Amino acid sequence: MTQSRRRFLASAAATGTLVASGSAAIAAGGFVDLPMTNGRRPLAKFPQKRELIVQSTRPPILETPFNVFDGSELTPNDAFYVRWHLAGVPDTVDLGTFRLNVGGLVAMPLTFTVDQLRRDFPATEVVAVNQCSGNSRGFFAPRVAGGEWANGGMGNARWRGVRLKDLLTKAGVGASAKQVRFTGLDHGVLPATPQFMKALDINFATNPDIIVAYDMNGAPLPLLNGFPVRLIVPGWFATYWVKMLANIEVIDHVDDNFWMKTAYRIPDTPGNTVTPDQTGYPTIPINTLRVRSFVTNFADGDKLPAGVQTVRGIAFDSGRGIKTVELSSDGGATWMPAILGRDLGPYSFRKWQIAWTPPGAGPYTLACRATTNSGETQTNVPVWNPSGYLRSNIETYKVTV
Amino acid sequence: MRAPIAGIALAVGLAAAGLLSLRAHAASNPQVVTIKLPATTVDFKPGPNVATAQTNCLICHGADYVYNQPALSRTQWTAEVNKMRNAYKATIADGDVDKIVDYLMSANGKT
Repeated sequence: MTQSRRRFLASAAATGTLVASGSAAIAAGGFVDLPMTNGRRPLAKFPQKRELIVQSTRPPILETPFNVFDGSELTPNDAFYVRWHLAGVPDTVDLGTFRLNVGGLVAMPLTFTVDQLRRDFPATEVVAVNQCSGNSRGFFAPRVAGGEWANGGMGNARWRGVRLKDLLTKAGVGASAKQVRFTGLDHGVLPATPQFMKALDINFATNPDIIVAYDMNGAPLPLLNGFPVRLIVPGWFATYWVKMLANIEVIDHVDDNFWMKTAYRIPDTPGNTVTPDQTGYPTIPINTLRVRSFVTNFADGDKLPAGVQTVRGIAFDSGRGIKTVELSSDGGATWMPAILGRDLGPYSFRKWQIAWTPPGAGPYTLACRATTNSGETQTNVPVWNPSGYLRSNIETYKVTV
Repeated sequence: MRAPIAGIALAVGLAAAGLLSLRAHAASNPQVVTIKLPATTVDFKPGPNVATAQTNCLICHGADYVYNQPALSRTQWTAEVNKMRNAYKATIADGDVDKIVDYLMSANGKT
């Protein structure tokens, strides 16, 4: 028996808990047609996941079917979307050997087990939306290359963990600190492929809302969502929410690694939008979510019975909080206020609903529009940028009564 | 356009294994989590230089990534291949770039 095998068995015996959570089951022939050219995708069950939309098998990229968002504000862990950049995703994580390191420009480099994170620091919780930078990329016109999501590259969960600030304070941040860089256990297939790393400014990294999460909706994270710990950056796009977080490094410069300097950049132009033939504009790292809203109980093209209809949906923003959601049944000419659901915090999905009585049979264009407490609102002008980020315009749904 | 993912005989048994693991997962905080990712069921369809595409592209990602893109122009596919070389350090020989682009144009190109 090898030493690692002995250690593995010993640790499993010590805790009495061993999860060989398994096996992937590809559904027999199921697929969906996302409403875009080349939109056919298989449905499959990946480990710890229900049947999701397969955007890529390797690396695993899985989209949440949109009807999931008509349920609880909290997206179930087994339905939560998955997105990895590099195919070197570890298929085993052993808490007996896993360590989270805090180093770089600190007074005292520190190393933690997950048990130490759970035991030695105050636990904090935040409900927050995790949305891929390129969610809805498949609806860009003209289309752009990338992960061709419909609208299900997002989810909302109650994250529980320790404040990043507490870890940094314990390690003692050096005076010349400029940013904090985060690295997970994932890696490229080729050794030369740049490892996935993201960085936040030091002044922002000490925001008490940013946590290193070990629980998601009251349970350990699914491996594909970043078990055992993941960075949670409420209000910011998911690219910063580093999965399988293993290294926190304080640095004295603005990080120039590929994933900050070249990838995940948006035009530094009004609305972060450009025309397809535009060149020579400055870019900045992608940052906060834009306000969005969706109808969750109807889809484009649905036929509705006559009489009063309940239209339901969700809205979210970067943390100012949703002030209003409005529904239009005439393509945006007039608007009716919706009733907002319970408030799970400013970073959460906010449910809304409205009773709508169509005045008669015929076609209608439903549209929903959310406005934040700071006055940010949705418009009907889609953003365009070459990487397909930040889509957030008013959604419309053509229905027939 | 793409190979169907149907006909996986193991589906039922694997689904049962998945249920078992979910129960264990819910019981308490796990000490070791191990998963087995499914193998891709999509392969490059025949076309010019398909072997070159298979040898170079499938080292790092599945073929489904190509078919799920909108049809791209020759300029766009060339940019993608060069991104794989320059940014992700794929070891694609100089002489293979055009061959791979030829293949990608046949597989999902916009002319």
